[in-house]
Amino acid sequence: MRTADLIRALAADNAPRRLGPGKALALALGPGVVVAFALFLKVLGFRPHLLAMAGDPRLAFKICVSLALAALAGRLVARIARPGADARKTILWLALPAVLLAASVVAEAMSVPIADWGRKLWGANAMVCLKSIPFLAAAPLIAVLAALRNGAPDRPAAAGAAAGLLAGALGAALYAMHCPDDSPFFVAVWYTLAISLVTAAGAVAGSRLLRW
Amino acid sequence: MGGDKREKEWAVLMRAANAGDAAAYQDLLRRLAPVLRESARRGLFRAGASVADAEDIVQETLLAIHLKRQTWIADAPIGPWIRAIARHKMIDALRRRGRRIDLPLEDFVGILASADAEPDLVVADVDRHLDTLPAGQRNVVRAIAVEGASIDEAASRLSMSNGAVRVALHRGLAALAAKFRTRYEDG
Repeated sequence: MRTADLIRALAADNAPRRLGPGKALALALGPGVVVAFALFLKVLGFRPHLLAMAGDPRLAFKICVSLALAALAGRLVARIARPGADARKTILWLALPAVLLAASVVAEAMSVPIADWGRKLWGANAMVCLKSIPFLAAAPLIAVLAALRNGAPDRPAAAGAAAGLLAGALGAALYAMHCPDDSPFFVAVWYTLAISLVTAAGAVAGSRLLRW
Repeated sequence: MGGDKREKEWAVLMRAANAGDAAAYQDLLRRLAPVLRESARRGLFRAGASVADAEDIVQETLLAIHLKRQTWIADAPIGPWIRAIARHKMIDALRRRGRRIDLPLEDFVGILASADAEPDLVVADVDRHLDTLPAGQRNVVRAIAVEGASIDEAASRLSMSNGAVRVALHRGLAALAAKFRTRYEDG
């Protein structure tokens, strides 16, 4: 087949254009988050007295910083799905939740006696946290990877990592409503580690699934 | 360079294409082909690979542009988007060839000078991939691409409905792109 022939076939193919990366992501995230939330209710559930504690700054912080990370990672996913997109600024924005988290750790260090640091850091539920965040992140990760297959990322592994970061942050935001450990020490170590695991899984999946 | 003006024309054509203008789309792809051919030859030459493979890369890149056209933002410059796709396909093709080095026999200047003209030699890859498609898709792609039939003509020639021809064409093209991609993965 000559190239001119191929072009004729391409021009004749007027199948409806697929959704752009941003819309595809938004559309896929809906069911992904619904499934994750249903699993959250079924397996983990809200911690007791969650609403009564809504004013607690540590609880509010860990939920908000997870959601902020999810929003910024979502922006990155939508951008990185486009060939030739310059994602550097969007990646720099990811430093914001990291800086907030570091600041919260400093604030906690100043308000908690040193003798209590170890107890706060290890918390009650470190292993549950390490298992639950990836568990809750699984459905969103599948959804985001499916949306990214519509896109054309220059670097599939990096795009997969961004998808993992987004899914991990969503898993963390859900888990934060179950987890009794509110100290920034705990969040900075275990939430970060759990989200990193999901990010790594996303990178591996992306390098296989997002090639085009 | 005149590159800016050229790329603005491409963007105008692509926007028209997205609005459903098939003629503008065909015009755009015809204008892109020689540009892609030149860059494919240049890339192969630099890598020390045979420039005879350039047309495979051109066709693979055109397929990718077609199947991924939803990733272009209508008010963004189109040049970087096209170059990123072409580069991605070039790297992919070189990697699949296992960095096998073929000594180029052709003179580089001569290669570029002839970039406008499509080589007459048969492009092997796409035909081989076409042969492995399911019969329904293969017949539709052949009728429209090689025999130049319209959707309507292909439908009556193959005793299929219009809609079935459209679906088979789209799936066939997507399958062709996938075949290019997996060519060396299994073996």
